[in-house]
Amino acid sequence: MTRISEEQVKHVAHLARLAITEDEAKKFTTQLDAIIGFAEQLNELDTSNVEATSHVLDMKNVMREDKPVEGLPREEVLKNAPDKQDGQVRVPSILD
Amino acid sequence: MSLFDHKLSELHELLHKKEVSVTDLVDESYKRIDAVEDKVKAFLTLDEENARSKAKEMDAKLGTDESKGLLFGMPIGIKDNIVTKGLRTTCASKILENFNPIYDATVINKLHSADTITIGKLNMDEFAMGSSTENSGFQKTSNPWNLETVPGGSSGGSAASVAAGEVPFSLGSDTGGSIRQPAAFTGTVGLKPTYGRVSRFGLVAFASSLDQIGPITRNVEDNAYLLQAIAGLDPNDSTSANVEVPNYAAALTGDVKGLKIAVPKEYLGEGVGEEARQSVLASLKVLESMGATWEEVSLPHSKFGVSTYYLLASSEASANLARFDGVRYGYRTPNAENLLDLYKKTRAEGFGDEVKRRIMLGTFALSSGYYDAYYKKAQQARTLIKKDFEDVFAKYDVIIGPTTPTPAFKIGEKIDDPLTMYANDILTIPVNLAGVPGISVPCGFSSTGLPLGLQIIGKHFDESTIYRVAHAFEQATDFHTKRPQL
Repeated sequence: MTRISEEQVKHVAHLARLAITEDEAKKFTTQLDAIIGFAEQLNELDTSNVEATSHVLDMKNVMREDKPVEGLPREEVLKNAPDKQDGQVRVPSILD
Repeated sequence: MSLFDHKLSELHELLHKKEVSVTDLVDESYKRIDAVEDKVKAFLTLDEENARSKAKEMDAKLGTDESKGLLFGMPIGIKDNIVTKGLRTTCASKILENFNPIYDATVINKLHSADTITIGKLNMDEFAMGSSTENSGFQKTSNPWNLETVPGGSSGGSAASVAAGEVPFSLGSDTGGSIRQPAAFTGTVGLKPTYGRVSRFGLVAFASSLDQIGPITRNVEDNAYLLQAIAGLDPNDSTSANVEVPNYAAALTGDVKGLKIAVPKEYLGEGVGEEARQSVLASLKVLESMGATWEEVSLPHSKFGVSTYYLLASSEASANLARFDGVRYGYRTPNAENLLDLYKKTRAEGFGDEVKRRIMLGTFALSSGYYDAYYKKAQQARTLIKKDFEDVFAKYDVIIGPTTPTPAFKIGEKIDDPLTMYANDILTIPVNLAGVPGISVPCGFSSTGLPLGLQIIGKHFDESTIYRVAHAFEQATDFHTKRPQL
């Protein structure tokens, strides 16, 4: 039984904003199917009454004092931008 | 003999007596890099000009109060996923090929306050995803013990540079074994601290609930001093823990009398090589002769570690790596028609295959209809794995086993088969899932002359006991004094 189809791989690649070729879609389907198949060993575990762990330490809602602090200077922040204009990041048109 | 065969405390003494200058230490690094780097290929970026001018400034302070800190003038290498202001930081990815960070990671700030000198940035698997450093977008690093074998990963450059004597210590990061496995493969000492012990601020995130920064050194004492310098609560990292940092060097007493060691049968069973098994049994004898006792125990959910890890780490990675979209920093495709196209092509052209695989696996595991079956199931399995450790630590001081099932494998041997590569991390992954600290120390050599690593695992925030055991073991053995011939 396949666990993930080529169509699903293409859909997942779209969700993840990754362009993939037909050849890559085939290759990733085989590899991801094997990995997911392996991961399904977790089905051997009875987890019906088991809490999920998202964080190993017993801490939550760490807050800092609500006090404004200086941000990074705009020129610095823009230093690594591939394209910029008038203190803004520039991107291609969003609407066709 | 290399200056770096001295321990950190000895180098400090030599500096203090002005028998050695900071410039000498920096020279030692760059001379060694000149001599062996074309074979080892551990560095992605060198910071020689800055390092030398800083060394000169610091030499003027030698002998004054300002030079009293133990790390004053010490050269260090930094894994290339830890951001360094103005010094290129790539995560070994084409997508960050020309990225110059605008701030320093907290660990870098702490090292600067301690007056270390950054020699350069070290190669790794792209975004720390891998176990061999073969997934680097730029170059393959070799294991100094045998250039045809991998140095391990993902902190392969960090471990190889220390083993090769290019730097006396380095920082790496460990999400599923990325400090301990390369340390084992290169005969160095590598610690993954308790989750929350060291700030992750400025560590480019891979899997935020698992990542930790830690030191790779040539001996246990140096490792303890390095951790001392980087550990502690950081307001910039809400997952860093508000737990007092003890004096780690004070734990190095050499005394393990009465220590209770647990040895999980799963760590010496199926899939673990005979040489790794024998070296661990021999190491246990050494500790026994010093007054420690050991018993076999079980971590029954160990075999689920790899599956759990790949689902959780990939899910977290798929979210964390969404930021690399070609808009604010990093590579941007020159061929985009519109914004969606820009995202897709930038990421397709910028990321390597392993990174794409994990982003897609994570996106799948988190997607509608699959979340409960994969992501939530893995989080529940994590609870069971964590409980395994809690049960054992209720009765024992440390857990000991091999760091890896086998010594370093050949370059190219596993790269085309993700699952075989993943299986290499079977003994290190559960430690990250449980959030406990673990160290790898040299404990022998294979018949082919490759180093083997002993993994010592401790309770949450009990790095001191790990160091005490590792140090006592090191005092009784000479594996850590062996050097590769390059």
